[in-house]
Amino acid sequence: MIRLPFVLFFAALLFSAGVYGVLARRNAVMVLMAIELMLNAVNVNLVAFGSQLQDVTGQIFALFVIAVAAAEVGIGLAIVILLYRNRESINVDEVNLLKW
Amino acid sequence: MVAEAATAASGIITSSWIVVLLPVISALLTLFFGKRTPGKGAVYGIVALGAAFVMSLLILWHFVQGGGTYTSGVDWFTIGPFRVEVGQYIDGLAAVMLVVVTTVSLCVHVYSLGYMDGDVRFTWFYVVLSLFTAAMLNVVIAPNLIQLLIGWEVMGVCSYLLIGHWYEEKQNSDAAIKAFITTRIGDVPFMFGIFALIFATGFTTSNISAIGELVKSHELSSALVAGAAILLFGGTIGKSAQFPLHVWLPDAMAGPTPVSALIHAATMVAAGVYLVGRMYEVFINAEPWVLQVLGIIGAITMLGSAFMALIQDDIKRVLAYSTLSQLAYMVASMSLGPAGRNAAFFHLFTHAFFKALLFLGAGSVIHAVHSNNMSDMGGLRKPMPVTFWTFLVGSAALAGIAPLAGFWSKDEMLVSASEGHELLFAIMLFTAVLTAFYTTRMVVQTFFGTYEGHGHPHESPPSMAGPLVVLAIGTVIVGFLGAPQLHAPFFKWVFFDEPEALHFEAWIALVGTAAALLGIITAWKLYSPKRETDPLRRFGGAWNLLEHRYYIDAFYMKGIVYPVRDRASAAVYWFNQHVLDGIVNGAGAAARGLAQVVNLFDRGVIDRAVNGVAGTAGATGGLLKYIQSGNVQRYMAFLFVGVLVLAIVFAKLV
Repeated sequence: MIRLPFVLFFAALLFSAGVYGVLARRNAVMVLMAIELMLNAVNVNLVAFGSQLQDVTGQIFALFVIAVAAAEVGIGLAIVILLYRNRESINVDEVNLLKW
Repeated sequence: MVAEAATAASGIITSSWIVVLLPVISALLTLFFGKRTPGKGAVYGIVALGAAFVMSLLILWHFVQGGGTYTSGVDWFTIGPFRVEVGQYIDGLAAVMLVVVTTVSLCVHVYSLGYMDGDVRFTWFYVVLSLFTAAMLNVVIAPNLIQLLIGWEVMGVCSYLLIGHWYEEKQNSDAAIKAFITTRIGDVPFMFGIFALIFATGFTTSNISAIGELVKSHELSSALVAGAAILLFGGTIGKSAQFPLHVWLPDAMAGPTPVSALIHAATMVAAGVYLVGRMYEVFINAEPWVLQVLGIIGAITMLGSAFMALIQDDIKRVLAYSTLSQLAYMVASMSLGPAGRNAAFFHLFTHAFFKALLFLGAGSVIHAVHSNNMSDMGGLRKPMPVTFWTFLVGSAALAGIAPLAGFWSKDEMLVSASEGHELLFAIMLFTAVLTAFYTTRMVVQTFFGTYEGHGHPHESPPSMAGPLVVLAIGTVIVGFLGAPQLHAPFFKWVFFDEPEALHFEAWIALVGTAAALLGIITAWKLYSPKRETDPLRRFGGAWNLLEHRYYIDAFYMKGIVYPVRDRASAAVYWFNQHVLDGIVNGAGAAARGLAQVVNLFDRGVIDRAVNGVAGTAGATGGLLKYIQSGNVQRYMAFLFVGVLVLAIVFAKLV
């Protein structure tokens, strides 16, 4: 069995990679993928603690998160498609109409 | 019947104050509703005075029945041990005065219906007339000096208002001011006299009879009492127009004639004499020189004003000087002790009737010929029979012809003076000659000879003739009340303690009548033939002196009024220019300076604060708006940093 600290460290790396992707990527699809990375980092944590504490709640919660993440990606991709249709681009730097 | 009336009378005496209240009510009613009432409101005064007159008669009846003095009151105010009541003190004297005042006032109220008909301030005239009557009645019944003083001063104000009734003419308003200020000069010592008496009692009472008892028992310092008596007499000198404050009364004739009859002949001027009689215990128990002062002042005034009456052409001024002279008779008689006091009161009583009669008669004549001057009259005997006969009755009474009122009272005073006051007796007798002389002169010039004026004079309306007849009847009968042959009932009612002070001396009655006849015959001889100039002008120097009123008025003007007025006006001008203007300008400059400071503060601090707040908010907003870039990733980065910070803070990692 893998020891918990390693798993947590791995999840933290995964989450950090996700945060970096969300903040730094220009491509909207890549931003969505980075969000998936963060969610999955959380899932890893949930499963790891569930296994560690011999409690099935963590795994069930992880399943819910996967379901929500699927729905979220569905909406996110729909927004990206509409964005592309309107602006011929999916560069998030150019999506800055929501300002002063 | 008599018994019933007696009980009614003794019952009514407890509510004598209603007699005072009635004219107050009528004055208020006339003031507020007079102009809307038919007849312009005269009816209130007449009805109220009629009721007051009936009540006064009932009150007098109580004393005729031999009833006693009645006094009552309610607390007004208290200062430490000094308690002042407002109430009534009714003795025979007060009862007689109530009758006199209400009779004359009622006659004058009725008479004014005709005399003042069509006057611009008819209603106002009746208001003040009623108010005056109330004030005089208040003086009569006042149990203490404070209440008396109030009536006294209200009378002064009413006198002022009525003398100046036709104030459109400067002469009239000047006369009103002169009367008010001159009597006021007498009122100042009067007030100090009151204070001195209250002080002498140790601030315990201002009650007249209580003070009388204290003075009688010599419990008060005699010097203080003498001083107080002289100060009180100052009030009498002012109100009763005695020398040296006599100057206002002749000028007061500027008022309407009914006013002259009521105020300046029968009642208010008599109040001064009444005061001396009321406070007689103070006068007679003070040091002897006090009464001597009364006698001297009385003698000077009686002789001086009788001479003045000789040369007047204005009929009202003849009567005015005659009033001065008769009042001086009373004052002089007051100085002769209790018997003289009694005689003086009797003369006050009779004089009120015949002098009011004479004034109203003169008013009737003036009303007919539209002039005050006797040189515009003459021969009025035929067209004005009622006025003539009543005036003749009044004149005969004034001259002292038996058996009219003036004879009896003058005789009593001469009797009092004959006992050890030879000089005063001689002066009184000589004044009687002069009185008869000027009275005859007045009657002859007015009613005999030929008419010198304009138009066709006619008899006055019944509202004016009626009061004349009533007063003439009064003049005939009131004298008998004091006749010694009829046991002098007047003196029994008024002075139940000492009626024996009165007696009759045949030789004095003869001498008095002879004096009157001497005056009448001389005047008749001089004036009944028609003449262009007054025969008295032969005495050039004396005439000149009299024409200038002994230069007393001129002396007062040049010696007192002008210097005081000029210096005072200069001082007031200086004060105005330097002090008042300085204050006003200073206040203006200060306000201006303050306003400038406030202006600076407003602009510099308050406005700047407000603008600063707005500007700061705007600038900050201008800077902060750049944060809202519209770039979601940047928002996210802020969010992330924020979460990190919070995590660090809450996890206490630092």
